[in-house]
Amino acid sequence: MDQTSNSDQQRVQIHLSVRAASPSFRAKAGASGEAQSTSRHGWREELEKATGEVFEIMLGTRLGNAIEGSPHIGADFTAMVGLAGSLCGVVGFRASSQSARRMAAKMLGLDDVGMGDSVLDAFGEICNMVAGSFKARIAGLADGCALSVPTVISGKDYALHSLANGERIEVIFSFEGNPFSVTLDLHN
Amino acid sequence: MKPARVLIVDDSSVMRKIVGRTLRQAGLEMQEVLEASNGSEALSVAREHPLDLILSDINMPMMDGLEFVRQLRCIEGAQNIPVVMITTEAGEGHVVQALSNGASGYIRKPFTPDQIKERVIPLLRG
Repeated sequence: MDQTSNSDQQRVQIHLSVRAASPSFRAKAGASGEAQSTSRHGWREELEKATGEVFEIMLGTRLGNAIEGSPHIGADFTAMVGLAGSLCGVVGFRASSQSARRMAAKMLGLDDVGMGDSVLDAFGEICNMVAGSFKARIAGLADGCALSVPTVISGKDYALHSLANGERIEVIFSFEGNPFSVTLDLHN
Repeated sequence: MKPARVLIVDDSSVMRKIVGRTLRQAGLEMQEVLEASNGSEALSVAREHPLDLILSDINMPMMDGLEFVRQLRCIEGAQNIPVVMITTEAGEGHVVQALSNGASGYIRKPFTPDQIKERVIPLLRG
């Protein structure tokens, strides 16, 4: 991941590309000749199910159906997990700080966790589990594709440019009345 | 069953807390809960403390869980400690690799207290 400051806009420009994976798995994933399914039919539904599973099991929250349209998320927390191997891309997770704080509290079974490191940590882990659950649902990906450790960005003043340059799948849910977004950016 | 001395290995402190809480929810009585944030730290803990159970993530910086369990089995007295991998990596290849490196079991995140109860507690009973 490269980060450069754009002096004109005083915004952080974040350019993503995926190269890293777990040390023991890196060679295996790279050597895998397993063909990735060319059909991505149903991947949006699987991303929805993966997100729902993580929220239900780890947060004790049943998410409703995905929201149609493009509501304003006001995201000041963004988590990313890279996929590398037979499928390359990035799973992204965006929410407001208020939602991120509530998610962390629910995950830890507490009323509140404040705005400390626990929020960043929990937010990254949710993204990590969504990415893992998603790839476990797609034939050929569970073994042919490795996950990076999560990265979390806090703050609104940045622009995210995925170098994946391929298809994007986005699903928006409501958590306690506030929207959050889960995305899958795929390399061509 | 005597209270267990448990090591939880995960780079996420939140996940370490959740795993500890889930073990208690599953009915495991624990004498001591030790934590490490990567495989290298976990090896140091395992060399210095007698342990009854280890739960370890796979994807971690410094040293991942697969390398950790492989090196753990070379430590005298640590060959028979049950090690359960708890990870988002759910593929059959990962499971085979973890078991061949010396892991005793495997649980995919997200996990429920019932899964911990079914797959972890029996390992402590031998």
